[in-house]
Amino acid sequence: MKVLRLDKADLERWFVNWAKTREVYGPLRQSSSDSKSISVNKSYTDWAILKDGKFPELGTGLPKSPIKKFFFPQPETLFTCSKRKGDPDAFVFKEPENRDNARKVLVGVRPCDARSVELNNLPFEKDPYFQANRAKTAIVGFTCRDRCQTCFCKEVGGSPVGTEGMDIAVTQLDDFYMAEVITEKGEELVQEGGGASEASGEEISRLKESKAQVESLFSSMSDPAQALEAMKAKDLFALYNAPFWSQLADSCINCGICTFLCPTCYCFDIQDEVVKGTIRRIRYYDSCMFPLFTLQASGHNPRGQKVQRVRNRFMHKFKYFPDRFGPFSCVGCGRCIRECPVNIDIREVLKDLLAVE
Amino acid sequence: MTTLLPNPYIPYPARIDDIVVETEDGNLKTFRLVLEDEGDRARWSHVPGQFAMLSLAGVGEIPIGIASSPTEEGFLLFTVFRAGVVTTALHQMDIGERVGVRGPLGNGFPVDNDLKGKNIVIIAGGFAFTTLRATLLYMLANRGDYGKITVIYGARTPGLLLYRDELKAWAERDDLDTYITIDREAPGWDGLVGFVPTVAGQVAPSPENAAALICGPPIMIKFTMPPLEKIGWTDDQVYLSLENRMKCGQGVCGHCNVGPVYVCKDGPVFTRAQLQGLPTEF
Ligand SMILES: Cc1cc2nc3c(=O)[nH]c(=O)nc-3n(C[C@H](O)[C@H](O)[C@H](O)COP(=O)(O)OP(=O)(O)OC[C@H]3O[C@@H](n4cnc5c(N)ncnc54)[C@H](O)[C@@H]3O)c2cc1C
Ligand code: SF4
Ligand code: SF4
Ligand code: FES
Repeated sequence: MKVLRLDKADLERWFVNWAKTREVYGPLRQSSSDSKSISVNKSYTDWAILKDGKFPELGTGLPKSPIKKFFFPQPETLFTCSKRKGDPDAFVFKEPENRDNARKVLVGVRPCDARSVELNNLPFEKDPYFQANRAKTAIVGFTCRDRCQTCFCKEVGGSPVGTEGMDIAVTQLDDFYMAEVITEKGEELVQEGGGASEASGEEISRLKESKAQVESLFSSMSDPAQALEAMKAKDLFALYNAPFWSQLADSCINCGICTFLCPTCYCFDIQDEVVKGTIRRIRYYDSCMFPLFTLQASGHNPRGQKVQRVRNRFMHKFKYFPDRFGPFSCVGCGRCIRECPVNIDIREVLKDLLAVE
Repeated sequence: MTTLLPNPYIPYPARIDDIVVETEDGNLKTFRLVLEDEGDRARWSHVPGQFAMLSLAGVGEIPIGIASSPTEEGFLLFTVFRAGVVTTALHQMDIGERVGVRGPLGNGFPVDNDLKGKNIVIIAGGFAFTTLRATLLYMLANRGDYGKITVIYGARTPGLLLYRDELKAWAERDDLDTYITIDREAPGWDGLVGFVPTVAGQVAPSPENAAALICGPPIMIKFTMPPLEKIGWTDDQVYLSLENRMKCGQGVCGHCNVGPVYVCKDGPVFTRAQLQGLPTEF
């Protein structure tokens, strides 16, 4: 793998050059006055287009929203069709013509968010829209240097210096940057950005040391590989019937914030929209926290009780998904912990689940 | 434009070729659909017990069991109960109008493997007879592949029975035992009277080398099990079909999960033994 050494000016040059042919997004500071945020943090960063040489905020933890909107947008048009009288093609379903085909680069993606794309790729492997979005989007990740208060990436199989899901992984060392070029897409970006000098052997060993040091700051409450295997080995009903669910669900108000802000929650609804003689079938985020999610026409509801829905969210992340696909469906970003209005903490739930005999 | 993978979300255009009002209350209609594109027609191949998503552009999409057998070629049948938004809109459509069909989806009954060579007992209540009709027709068309076939089917009143002409024809066949029942005595009805579970208990089909396919309201299934268990039926011989709310039909959107399985993809047909291993979220 190619490793490059860059100064801040080189990075700026890359961003500016990329913006000539692609949309470049990065975390930018937002102030709470221009948002409807109920977050305690008065000021936060979020994904915004980088124009006019704007440099992203890279030292400030996680942007408020995950990057799933670039792969699984809200909404996605699945198809359109005409409703016009006399049109021989009326009600014939067609792939949307004006799909957003702009190539995109996401700059400053943290390892947890980059990894979420790989995890979501498991259920969306055959989804034409997700795959098309993935093909046109490149991820330039930035590894972490400090630990956010609510982060637990290591416990769920990630790493603060991990590169999973990234095309280029940038690590800051004092006053300069190291870039690991991981994929062909990353290589293309380096070319388009105007290149950079190859890192020396000494710089590469410094990169390794720095990564090892950060890794050691992020202690983990348990061996993550072992935790995953332990969950897979546990009896479904022992977990499902664990005594703590009803107490946990008591305080939840089923607002769904945790699922909307979660990078690895991917449930969706499909609805039709009619505007000026054209029908659009769209899909948009839904949440298993809502009673309507499972309500049937007869009035029967398989998850009519709140405790069933809260349990489903955590069981999906830590048992159903791993049993089906392998890894946990959680990257430990901590957004759900940060934003939950009643302070439900998924780390505690994981601990409780791991303790179930 | 970016080339997309084969797109499982785009329905095939189909014309409503015929509509039969099945029940006296008008709440159940059978729609005969013909796929408009010859290529779609040629590609189409389903197994009894599978379903499709029916699309009414601008209204929505719903999962409906395929009521026609793969041996009936050139059209597809769907028997639809008027329940809510989409089913009501469908009931208001006329012959010649266009709908969309996405499918076939799900697993279907194992007619070509586990069920082959077995004595088959079909038990249905109310309007859940649809995919069992497909199954029965398929088995009759391949009669030599199965042992004794028994059909127990009930509705509240004679006028609520589906496929009444076919029921009559089946009653006359000697390679098939049919027990059609209604809940209460009704004028002009000289057939069986009694609930499906009671009739199932009286018929007492032998569990020897047999499989039961049961579709109906949850309450009927619940009361049908004890009389069968009493005469030795076990959970792995009993096949059920689930109807969770669905959207994608691809195992992605999350709506239909029962624990780790997706009804749309891993089901809708499960043995009762398989369901015992899952949370009762259906
Ligand atoms: C595998 C399968 C096979 C089915 N086969 C048949 C059949 O052969 N005949 C028949 O009449 N009905 C069948 N149903 C039930 C049928 O899908 C619902 O009655 C229908 O979706 C109700 O839609 P609606 O818009 O009229 O009702 P509304 O209450 O207005 O529903 C709104 C939306 O909720 C969803 N929904 C509501 N109830 C159900 C439900 N029970 N199952 C799935 N999604 C639901 C649909 O997306 C629907 O568009 C089947 C369901 C499944 C899952
Ligand atoms: S469940 Fe919570 S911690 Fe895990 S990925 Fe989702 S938002 Fe982040
Ligand atoms: S954010 Fe908290 S209160 Fe809201 S649905 Fe999630 S767990 Fe419940
Ligand atoms: S209907 Fe979407 S997962 Fe089954």
